[in-house]
Amino acid sequence: MTIIQPLTLVLLMPLLSAGFLALMPNYRVSSAFNVLASAVTLLSAGLLVVRPPQPNDYFLVDELSVIFIVLNTFVGFTTSLFSATYIGHEIETGHLTPGYVQFYHAMYQLMMFGMNVALTANNIGLMWVAIEMTTLATVLIVGIYRTHQSLEAAWKYFILGSVGIAFALFGTILVYIAAEPVVGEGLPGMIWTVLNSRVAEFDPTLLNVAFIFLLLGYGTKVGLVPLHAWLPDAHAEGPTPISAVLSGLLLNVALYAVLRFKVLLAANPRAMAPGPLMVTMGLVSLAFAAFMLYRRRDIKRLFAYSSIEHMGIIVFAFGMGGPLANFAGLLQMTMHSLTKSAIFFAVGHITQIKGTQRIGDIGGLTATHPGLGWGLVLGVVAIAGLPPLGIFMSEFLVVSSTFSRAPLLAIPLVVGLLVAFGALMLRLTGLAFGEPVGTQAPVRISYVPMFAHLAIVFAAGIYLPPAVVVWFQHVASMLG
Amino acid sequence: MQGLAFDIAHLLAGSLVLVSFLMIYQDRLPSLINVFALHAILLAASVAWQATIQNMPELYVTAMIALLFKAFVIPVSLRRMIVQLGIHREIDTVVGTGLTMLAGMALVALSMVVMLRITAMADPLAREDLAFALSVLLLGLLMMVTRRNAVGQVIGFMSLENGLILAAAGAKGMPLVVEISVAFSVLIAFIVIGIFLFRIRERFDSVDMQALDRFRGEQQP
Repeated sequence: MTIIQPLTLVLLMPLLSAGFLALMPNYRVSSAFNVLASAVTLLSAGLLVVRPPQPNDYFLVDELSVIFIVLNTFVGFTTSLFSATYIGHEIETGHLTPGYVQFYHAMYQLMMFGMNVALTANNIGLMWVAIEMTTLATVLIVGIYRTHQSLEAAWKYFILGSVGIAFALFGTILVYIAAEPVVGEGLPGMIWTVLNSRVAEFDPTLLNVAFIFLLLGYGTKVGLVPLHAWLPDAHAEGPTPISAVLSGLLLNVALYAVLRFKVLLAANPRAMAPGPLMVTMGLVSLAFAAFMLYRRRDIKRLFAYSSIEHMGIIVFAFGMGGPLANFAGLLQMTMHSLTKSAIFFAVGHITQIKGTQRIGDIGGLTATHPGLGWGLVLGVVAIAGLPPLGIFMSEFLVVSSTFSRAPLLAIPLVVGLLVAFGALMLRLTGLAFGEPVGTQAPVRISYVPMFAHLAIVFAAGIYLPPAVVVWFQHVASMLG
Repeated sequence: MQGLAFDIAHLLAGSLVLVSFLMIYQDRLPSLINVFALHAILLAASVAWQATIQNMPELYVTAMIALLFKAFVIPVSLRRMIVQLGIHREIDTVVGTGLTMLAGMALVALSMVVMLRITAMADPLAREDLAFALSVLLLGLLMMVTRRNAVGQVIGFMSLENGLILAAAGAKGMPLVVEISVAFSVLIAFIVIGIFLFRIRERFDSVDMQALDRFRGEQQP
């Protein structure tokens, strides 16, 4: 029994540093402090794995949430490293003033705080509040450049995100109303552990409608088609570290909420099966995003659509359910977070070198900037699902488990994967090979976060440590 | 007494839906803001009545927040804002009024059918409240879709949140955490929106959202 619990640290560290960073005018010091705070949060999240705390009325750390928390704090840490270099360049070129950077760092930590609260909450109300808070923090960062485009993107994100979050609250209220006759008035009706143990007695029709609202509400934040409209704009117009965090983390946090409610619904034998709804939304997202990839002319939008595609695959996998598909979904989610944020690290530096996000104005990167160019190639090859990288393995598991259980569903799945693969390869050849296009101004580049992520993805494709496999299998069986 | 308590709750929640309809066809911003203030007052009354009949004193706090913040502070500052921006005389709707009203009626019918059917087992008071709350929520959503002016969209969003608070108040014994957070989020939302409006003003000299559409990232000049 130590004085400070790791959980307290995971939550307090980002909150307190948000306060400090808001008061810290020097951007070099605050970038370093941002990295330090993220590192401490990551270390305490590591301690959570070793010794998870007992659940109480407000907080719960179990095997499922620990995966998300570790992934969240890890990508949060590496992104803070990338962000330090990125922000330095933005200040030098005058895109951002120190005042805005001060605000940016505070919002970055506030967003991390919101996500960590959402992932550790044992209370459906608290979870909702936390996700709302992450929305507000990210909206403010997306609008930080104050250009026409970034304001429009932030506004769109804000309006769509708020509507989504409103639907999610309505769903949350319905869950409480369903729980209230069984577990009694007040707090117990909002606690995950109580809900999960008594859900079999709840009114099934109320639960069904609640789940539809929750899926639509949190699904907006997952970026599921047709609720995805905010996602490409927010990715393209905000600072690139935020694109990395949005794709790598924020979508996962919303997904975590959907998964928790899915488990709740599945535990009531009289309620509808949540699977088919998720399978449908997943497939629609995959197909839509795969075709939309061909029409992209903006490099950040390209990878934003690729995130929609991958969230579609993940939601599809969890919708199929069963130990194998759930395992594949968890693996796909982890690999996607790592790969996509690595790609955005590369893209961030590329856009700083070229001074544009237009794909047509970027070319021949492997010749002019070998480290960056090959990093991008590796990342895109990974995200497109080529062997032997991690995403190939998870996509293979999704496809093979679908073939064995519902072969008809496997057809659109495979078609979607192939279409997306073609689009990504088409764009990649132009970006990475051929004649160099655009300026080649020297820029400070931080290779460490990008290659650290890619190394993990590469290693996972070849060898998954047995401990991780056992852990994921256990969670997969928990998800039903 | 039970019958009367029920009727009053019914009356208040029902008039909230009615005022939502009033908001849909207000095409001038000052009158829209007035109707929104009325909406907030009705919400406060409705929540206060729930506090009385459920014997939940903390709901009075929620009612007070709604009354002070949504019925006075926000309308007053919005009014000042539109005068400063010089848009208080503008006419603002995208879709025709008749069509929007018809869509609104369809949405109310939908929420009645859905909610009354699924909550057959629940407490009759919560049940009717929930059906009205969903109607208000959907009407707020409809308003956000049919307005192109940022101020109109914001008011649509706030009326949507009123529907959520009505639902939360109707849910028996729901912990206060949620109500405060809803009120709090409205507060933050308003600040955010305020900042946005002024930034938009700085950039475009307009809060017409269609002006923003021209700057979509992928359109080539």
